[in-house]
Amino acid sequence: MKNNERARLLDEIRAIEFMTIELNLYLDTHPDDQKALNDYNSYTKQLMALKDEYQRRYGPLSNFGTAVSEYPWAWINEPWPWELD
Amino acid sequence: MWIYEKKLEYPVRIKNPNPKMAKLIITQYGGPDGELAASLRYLSQRYIMPIPEAKGLLTDIGTEELAHFEIVGTMVYQLMKGASPEEIKAAGAADYFVDHGRGVYPQSAAGNPFTAAYIQSKGDPVTDLYENLAAEQKARSTYEYLIRTADGADVIEPLQFLREREVVHFQRFGEALMKVQEYLESKKYF
Repeated sequence: MKNNERARLLDEIRAIEFMTIELNLYLDTHPDDQKALNDYNSYTKQLMALKDEYQRRYGPLSNFGTAVSEYPWAWINEPWPWELD
Repeated sequence: MWIYEKKLEYPVRIKNPNPKMAKLIITQYGGPDGELAASLRYLSQRYIMPIPEAKGLLTDIGTEELAHFEIVGTMVYQLMKGASPEEIKAAGAADYFVDHGRGVYPQSAAGNPFTAAYIQSKGDPVTDLYENLAAEQKARSTYEYLIRTADGADVIEPLQFLREREVVHFQRFGEALMKVQEYLESKKYF
């Protein structure tokens, strides 16, 4: 990895996002579990803050109006997820 | 509507090319128990689900499977990248190479191109959820066979992550099936 700090932040995002994925699927079949829902909301807030931080530093993480771009259009900047950087 | 996130759900950092492993792992890209089949199956089945829990679950697991499709595609890409034609030939992957080069094509390990015949969308929620329970087990078995043939943590760890997700999805589909059956039973009497 050329950019260790970017990779580290992305790993942190992945770790928190994994919690939201797990809790999301669990809540689909347990919509009345208040504790799981509180956890979901708490991890979601952490995830949104981490994504904001990443996007401020490294550009958009998502397309179609979900993140603003600096000039020139930063969405196409490499690396793409399949590329080792 | 779907939004793309420019990152993998689980990181893939393959150190050395390995065309032989690429040719095996591609089966989880476009093979009978692969991630493309899984996503297409769940996203197609969700329309006729009778309860919100099942509509949500099929949408969400169908979406997560697309993320897995991308993880597997990335593994194949990185395992083929930088391999010379000689190395590809020595690895027994020359047949793949002449058809697709180092590109990523949805096929099974045996070379059969992806087909929607791998999936069913039966219009019956109970039937479809039983199919999904079996599909998750078949995918789990495939990942276990792949892990047994793989070398190196850089290849094995993403496969282990994907295997674990099959186990979780199986659990959730089982819960959805029970809820759908309860709902259908309640409709009979009231």
